[in-house]
Amino acid sequence: MAIKESISNIQSLDTPPQSRRTLVHIAQVILRDPLALLSTIIIIVFFFVAVFAYQLAPFPEQGAGKSNPATAMLDPSPEHPIGTDRLGRDMLSRIIIASRPALVVPIVVVFLAVIIGAPLGAIAGYKGGWLDEVIMRITDLFLAFPFLLLAMSIATALGRGLDKAAIALIVSWWPWYTRLTRSIAASLSQRYFVMAARSIGVRDSVIILRHILPNCISPILVQATIDLGLVILAMGGLAFLGLGTQPPAPDWGLMVSDGRTFIFKQWWLSTYPGLAIFIVVLAFNLLGDTLRDVFDPRQYR
Amino acid sequence: MLMNLQKAEYILRRLLTSVFVLLGLTVITFFIARVVPSNAAALYIGPKARPEDIERVTKLLGLDKPLPVQYLVYMRDVLKGDWGTSISSKRPVLQEIASRFPATFELLCTAMIIAVATGIVVGVISAQWQGKWLDILVRAASIVGVSVPAFWLGLLLQILFFRNLNILPLSGRVDSDLRFTHPIMVTTGIYLIDAIIHQNWVALKDVCLHMILPALTLAAYPASLIARMTRATMLEVQSQDYIRTARAYGLKESFIVYILALKNAISPTLTVIGLTLAYALTGSFFVEIVFNWPGLGMFTVRSLLNLDYPAIMGITLFGAIGYVLINLLVDIVQTWIDPRISLS
Repeated sequence: MAIKESISNIQSLDTPPQSRRTLVHIAQVILRDPLALLSTIIIIVFFFVAVFAYQLAPFPEQGAGKSNPATAMLDPSPEHPIGTDRLGRDMLSRIIIASRPALVVPIVVVFLAVIIGAPLGAIAGYKGGWLDEVIMRITDLFLAFPFLLLAMSIATALGRGLDKAAIALIVSWWPWYTRLTRSIAASLSQRYFVMAARSIGVRDSVIILRHILPNCISPILVQATIDLGLVILAMGGLAFLGLGTQPPAPDWGLMVSDGRTFIFKQWWLSTYPGLAIFIVVLAFNLLGDTLRDVFDPRQYR
Repeated sequence: MLMNLQKAEYILRRLLTSVFVLLGLTVITFFIARVVPSNAAALYIGPKARPEDIERVTKLLGLDKPLPVQYLVYMRDVLKGDWGTSISSKRPVLQEIASRFPATFELLCTAMIIAVATGIVVGVISAQWQGKWLDILVRAASIVGVSVPAFWLGLLLQILFFRNLNILPLSGRVDSDLRFTHPIMVTTGIYLIDAIIHQNWVALKDVCLHMILPALTLAAYPASLIARMTRATMLEVQSQDYIRTARAYGLKESFIVYILALKNAISPTLTVIGLTLAYALTGSFFVEIVFNWPGLGMFTVRSLLNLDYPAIMGITLFGAIGYVLINLLVDIVQTWIDPRISLS
């Protein structure tokens, strides 16, 4: 009993960071900064468009890929506000439907990269020693590649398709979270509440699951938000190279690439899908910039 | 003397780790090239693989042997310079890469020079005017710079400067008419240098004009990152005691900023330059496609379209090795600029 009491005393001296408080703090920070607020609104609109894509698109079937030769290459008009492509599909609908993979895939990529990377980093940072060395040297190898080059060659090895491109991005992205989590875990393992748990004989696996990982969540969450913009950009790049979404499915990067041949007459074919990528990535980067100023997930390095 | 010894030891240690990193890299490229695909032999032959071809290539690459043996075969080939044969051109991959590298190298260097120069200058100015409208403008521009997809920015510049203003060429490295009027004698493969060596001034002007748009497109991202880093470190350095002391002594402001402060702010900036080179390397792929620039990027994309597997694996290995060497170089340069690094 005495031990437990003294532990709770120590804990009150050395409270671990609490996730819920961080979330409220994030909200406060966003509400105070007009640019962060604007970018949050853009991101919310983007989510909204993606969720209700089929309700919002004027021609949902064409948006999803059904060609309609009769209306090929039309200039912008009230019916087709930004024209139609060479297969007669309404460009606005294509862009709206394509917001779905553009949103879902990066979220899945970042989420799975965290699921793979964070536990490894927590183990490396908490345990230290040879296990730490091995895990970190492996991440060094992955980080020694230019990120997109690695993703590109893995995507090629796996074959074409959106799912393959996503796997390729996960494989090249997880080491960043391992590094981040390791540095947080290493500093946490010196804190009283972790040392106390260890001293009363709590198993390492329990300490990592109950004490280390939960306290890594908010810095990882901030970093993940910052990274979403980067992953959207990378997805666009892979699709532009023909490695992501395959036609006739819509994809912003692929649409920029398709419209490239016509940029001098039908300039809208490439510019609008590219603008969509740009605005979304800009919104995530602006939000990330504010979050980084306040929380800086890299402060643990 | 002591300093030099420590410096030498640091560089030696850094060289050794790079060797290990390079070895490790080949393990990853080996896995991607030989183990990940379900039928690697078929990929190496191309779409029209006959069963007997597959059998032959399986033997040749040692794909029927255990993994460690396969890796040794792979390493032997890599070290021998046998990086496979391009499916589409039937030429050795390494030769293909070597013949296209100068064009990419020229673009990459020009873009990085632009990025470093503008990034540092803009970053310093922005820090000087902290909180003023100029600073806000620079920060906004730098976020735009890291958010804009290179392939899209390139298209916008083409529309503006070729279609609307018609003052810059659309694409390519030189005007095609120039081949007859003022042909460039190729010595280094880097046209800017070749034109100067052979005093071909007409060609030099044309090469420069063709360079502007692709180089600017490629420079946007590194320039933004470098500007942000320079701004941040300048602000940090300027709040330190020795700068305040210098101010108190009444030294000239320009001397304080550009000599005293910048000298100590440059080291973190160098690290960022190393990092942005990775981006610039892959970024050059997109820029080359948009501007029809006959370098490694165009080769990569054509290989991707033709499923030219040996070529893609060769480019991956080449890019990864190049990136490791660049970072090694950055680290070594840093020890000269900032002696604290080799001491820590």
